Order: sequence, then structure tokens, then C-alpha cells
Amino acid sequence: MKIWVCFATALKTLLSHKMRSILTMLGILIGVAAVISMVSLVRAEQAMVQQSFESLGTNLIFVTPGAPSGRMGMGGVLGTTQTLTLEDAEAIARDAPSVSMVAPMTQTTTQIVAGGENVGCLTLGVTPEYQHVRNFEVDQGSFITEQDYKGRARVIVLGNQLAETLFGQISPVGQSVRINGRQFRVIGVLKGKGEVFGVEDQSAMVPLSTAQAVISSERAGSGGHTVQSISVQARSKEAIDTAHWEISNILRQRHRIIEGEDDDFTVMSMDALLGTADQMYVIGELIMGAIAGISLLVGGIGIMNIMLVSVTERTREIGLRKAVGAKRRDITTQFLTEATVLSFCGGAMGVGLGWLIVRVSANALANMGLPFPAIVPSDVIALAVGVAILVGLVSGIYPAIRAARLDPIEALRHE
Amino acid sequence: MVELESITKVYKAGRTEVPALRGISCRIKPGEMVAIMGPSGSGKSTLMNIIGCLDKATSGQYRLDGIEVSKLSDNKLAEIRNKKIGFVFQSFNLLPRTTALANVELPLIYSGSGNRSQRALQALESVGLAHRIKHRPSELAGGEQQRVAIARALVNDPALILADEPTGNLDTTTSKELMLLFKQLNQRGITIVLVTHEPYIAAYTQRTIRIRDGQIEVSG
Ligand SMILES: Nc1ncnc2c1ncn2[C@@H]1O[C@H](COP(=O)(O)OP(=O)(O)OP(=O)(O)O)[C@@H](O)[C@H]1O
Ligand SMILES: [Mg+2]
Repeated sequence: MKIWVCFATALKTLLSHKMRSILTMLGILIGVAAVISMVSLVRAEQAMVQQSFESLGTNLIFVTPGAPSGRMGMGGVLGTTQTLTLEDAEAIARDAPSVSMVAPMTQTTTQIVAGGENVGCLTLGVTPEYQHVRNFEVDQGSFITEQDYKGRARVIVLGNQLAETLFGQISPVGQSVRINGRQFRVIGVLKGKGEVFGVEDQSAMVPLSTAQAVISSERAGSGGHTVQSISVQARSKEAIDTAHWEISNILRQRHRIIEGEDDDFTVMSMDALLGTADQMYVIGELIMGAIAGISLLVGGIGIMNIMLVSVTERTREIGLRKAVGAKRRDITTQFLTEATVLSFCGGAMGVGLGWLIVRVSANALANMGLPFPAIVPSDVIALAVGVAILVGLVSGIYPAIRAARLDPIEALRHE
Repeated sequence: MVELESITKVYKAGRTEVPALRGISCRIKPGEMVAIMGPSGSGKSTLMNIIGCLDKATSGQYRLDGIEVSKLSDNKLAEIRNKKIGFVFQSFNLLPRTTALANVELPLIYSGSGNRSQRALQALESVGLAHRIKHRPSELAGGEQQRVAIARALVNDPALILADEPTGNLDTTTSKELMLLFKQLNQRGITIVLVTHEPYIAAYTQRTIRIRDGQIEVSG
């Protein structure tokens, strides 16, 4: 029997029991839709988080004050402990060979006044290196220069959202703003980073030296100038671990921490953090895979059930087909084809529904201000449809064999 | 055409053995039209099933068209049923929800033949149902349904048509029309064996084989 005849026959049979066929497909349909939509959404989320991490800076190592605590290895809340100093940053730049750039940072909550607007925001005191270590791009004007830093210039760079709040449509570069009654000249506006790590979009940056002179000048117990974090760029991806170790050593020495005592600072590489996140996604995919597997199993059992009912119902038909020359193989093929067409159609509709769910979710997220790619990866589609077909085949085997084994005489006598 | 030699058939129903056929020997020549008669339970259907290669004899030899059938595999038997034999049943056995044309095409699917609908149409024409090809069995009268079944039996140009009480579910007028059709087919050279309880049906055939208790009583 030719294969397309098999498909035509199977389709005809399934169409003659539309409601039953659709209900049977539902199990597979839901399973596949669940896999497609969940995997697609998680993949998109993962890609976005990865992108955000990369926008933080390449080969980035974060040094924050306070002992490492808790889950993600993140130090105490920024600014609550004051154990890191500008001098620490200088020591790292000087003594750690695996480090290419060091960018200390202070941060203060301030009121910025421009024209009639009065906005509360974070003002960061940074060095010129900060732009490179943390991958900032300047949209208008320029970033803080070495001269600005050395000369404690009263210049300020605005995050793109802050710039818009303060100046609206007017170009901010060249305008002036006031912080603590002191006047600053706007020299640049940053490009937005948006999404997860977009705090800087609403912040301002001034030279670190200026910040210490005119905004806040706290001193650490050691007498150095306090900073809230030190961003360090390792020479390469491979150098991250060594750099991590060098930084720890330098700081332990400088802070006179003896063997066995806890650090009063936290060193954390973005790479390691991303690794932790990736691990969580792997676990997530495994759990989803298990859920999908269970729903497909249930779908498969549904198909097997209906096929068994169908074999019993069509006993006479099977007897007749055998009488007019159908071989066992023909009968097996017929029922396997029916089961597979059922599960394939269920799978195909599941892909459609899954895609719809992804589209709708992405739209909803976009309306909430979270742009989200509505993409269903083709490997996921292929896998889901493949598994659906496999489920159909496997659950069709037993009913098909039972049908093929029927004795034609008894089958023809069946009521 | 059909050569039976000491055919026996024993059914096992649980522990007890039911001998349905006890040594049947007979010959049916090509082109013959034969009726098999006998009381209920005498073994007529059992014999037809063996002749039709749907069942195997417990012992004895059966040659169909010169081929020793008793030793063939299931697949070979399926092929023989498909190519050499056409079946007509008392209860028609048409596929419901399927048009007359598609019902007639069924044997052609398993012989892998081309232009199936054309051949099925020819078969339906030869039983006088060309105007009913798109109808489903439920939309046809009993006699028409049996004609569709005969067209299905004809479609692969069989040498032998086996009909087990083909008129059992039909009224006398329709039965007579159907017997005329069988006679026409026989005149085209097809060997026909049919089982009946009605003498007026048997009268359409050339000879009658009488069976009682699994043995041939009269073969004349
Ligand atoms: N599958 C079976 N298992 C056990 N016994 C059977 C089976 N089929 C038939 N028999 C027995 O074999 C004998 C012959 O049965 P068969 O059906 O051939 O009779 P028949 O002549 O066709 O009768 P009828 O005129 O009622 O159709 C009967 O005694 C019947 O009970
Ligand atoms: Mg009978």
C-alpha cells in the first residue's frame, strides 16, 4: 500500500470522527504548546539577561564594601559599610597585573536643579576609566576627562532619562545645573542602557575628585577616601579568576585581615554571576522538560486509548480489509498512520498555539514597558513536533498490533 | 478450479472439540456455478471459509487453481484472496461513511493497482449502479448494497466468487434480480460458489452440493 494512500485513508477516518479526533489531539496540543511557549519565553528572558550583563561591562569584576553574604555573593547594600577607599583602588591598579583598568565610584543621593525642575537622583563620582570599564556610550557631548578629574572640574554627565526630565527637548550639553547650591556644567548625555540594569539612565556623573570635594567627603577608619564600589576590568576573560585572586590578596593585606578572618569586602565577577544564572536556566529547562514530558505522556495515553476503542469499533472493517487482501503489515501501517497523523496534527496545532502564547505574552510585556522578543526558536519547534510524532508512533504500536492480529473470520462475525 | 481432498476442520471450544467438517472431497471446475445447501450448523460456512483461504483446514489437501494452498503463509493467502477470490457476504459488510465507489476501490488498494476509481466505476457499471457511486451504504437499499458488494468482489477480476447466503437479508424479488446478476457474471467465465437455504436460489445454479454434519451427502 502506498504511503500517501495510507495518509489519505487516515485523514478520512479521522475526519469522520471530528470531535473525537480533536479531543484526542488536545493532550498533545496542550503539551506541545506548553513546551513551545515556556521554552521560548525562558530563552528570550535568558538572552535579555545575558545582554544586560554584557552591557554592564566586559570581563568585569565588582568590588564592594562589606563581607560576602548570602546567595548571589553580593556584598552588603551599597554604601552601608565604608571599608573601601580610593587608595584601595589605586593599589589594585598599581599592584594587580591581571587588571587592565580600575574605576572607583562614590554615590550620593542628591537634588539636582535645572531651570524650574528639581529632581532627586543618584550622583556618582567617577573617574574617566568608569566609562570604559562599565561600557557606557556617550549620546551627546563627551564623558569626564582626565583634566576634569585632576582639576576637580564642576562638570556633569547626565543619564538619558534624567536629561529628559530636566531639559525635555532642549539639548542639555552646555546648560548648567545646581547640586547643593553649586553650579555644574553639563558636558554630556549617556546613551540609555534600559531594561534590567538601567539605574544609570536616571543618574548623574561628576568627577570623583569633585564629588569628594563638594558633595560628600566621608573618610574611612583608615583615613582614606571612601568609595562605594570599585569596578575592575580584567585583562581578558581567562584572567578574570587570577585578577579576582590578586584583588582579594591586595585588599586583605591593606585591610590587615589575617588568615581565618572574614573579608570586609566582596569581590565578585560578572562571569561567575552569569554562570549562576545560566545554571538556574538549565534547572528551569529541565523542570519544564519534565512537565512537557508528563503532558505528552498523558497525551500519548489518550491516543492509545482512542486507538484501542477504534480497533474494537472497527473490528468488522478490519476483518473485511483482511478478507479482500490486506496483509498484517497493511493493517499495522493503517493504525500507526492514524495515530501519527493524530499526534502530528496535535503537535502542529500546539506549535501554533504556543506561538500565539509567545506573541501575546511579548505584546503584554511590551505594553508594560519591557520589550521582549516574540521568537519561537526553530530547534524547539522541530524538537516538539518530533517528540509529538514519536509519541503518536509509540502509542499507536500496541493498538495497531492488536488490529493486525485479529482473525478475519471472527472479526467479520463481530457485532 | 477448486480441488478438495479429505478436508477436515475441528474447532476447539475450550476443552471440547467440535468437528465441523469430517472429510470433504470435491471438485469444482472452472466456469461452474455451484450451490451449497444443508441444514444450519452442517458446516457450509466453515467450508466456504476454507475455500476462500480465510481459514486453514485441520487436515486434507486443498488446491486452488492448481496451487497447493494448505502450506502457504498468511501473506501469500492474503494475496490469493486479493487477486483470485471475491467475497460476497450475507450482511454486505460495506464500510459505513464511505461512498460506494470507495468501497469498491478497497481491494485495489491492497493490490497496489493504478487508476482505481476508473476500475471501480467499471465494476459498478457492470452491476448496474453507475448512478449511485457517490452514495453511502446507509443511503442505499439492501439490494443495491449487495450489488456494491458484488462490484467490490469483481473489481480485481477474480477467477472465483464466494457468496455465503448472499440473498439471506433480501426479499424474493430482489434475490431473483441478484441471482440473474450472478448468472451473468458466471456467463462471463467467473466460477461462482454460493451457500443458500432456498431451493429457488439453488435452481439458478448448475449443480448443488448437499452437506450434512460436515460431510457431503449429495454432490450432483
Ligand atoms: N469459531 C468456532 N468455534 C467453535 N465452533 C464453531 C466455530 N465456527 C463454527 N463452529 C461450529 O461448527 C459447526 C459448523 O458451523 P458453520 O458456521 O460452518 O455452519 P453453517 O452450515 O454455516 O450454518 P448456518 O446455516 O447456520 O450458517 C457448527 O456446529 C458450529 O457450532
Ligand atoms: Mg453459515
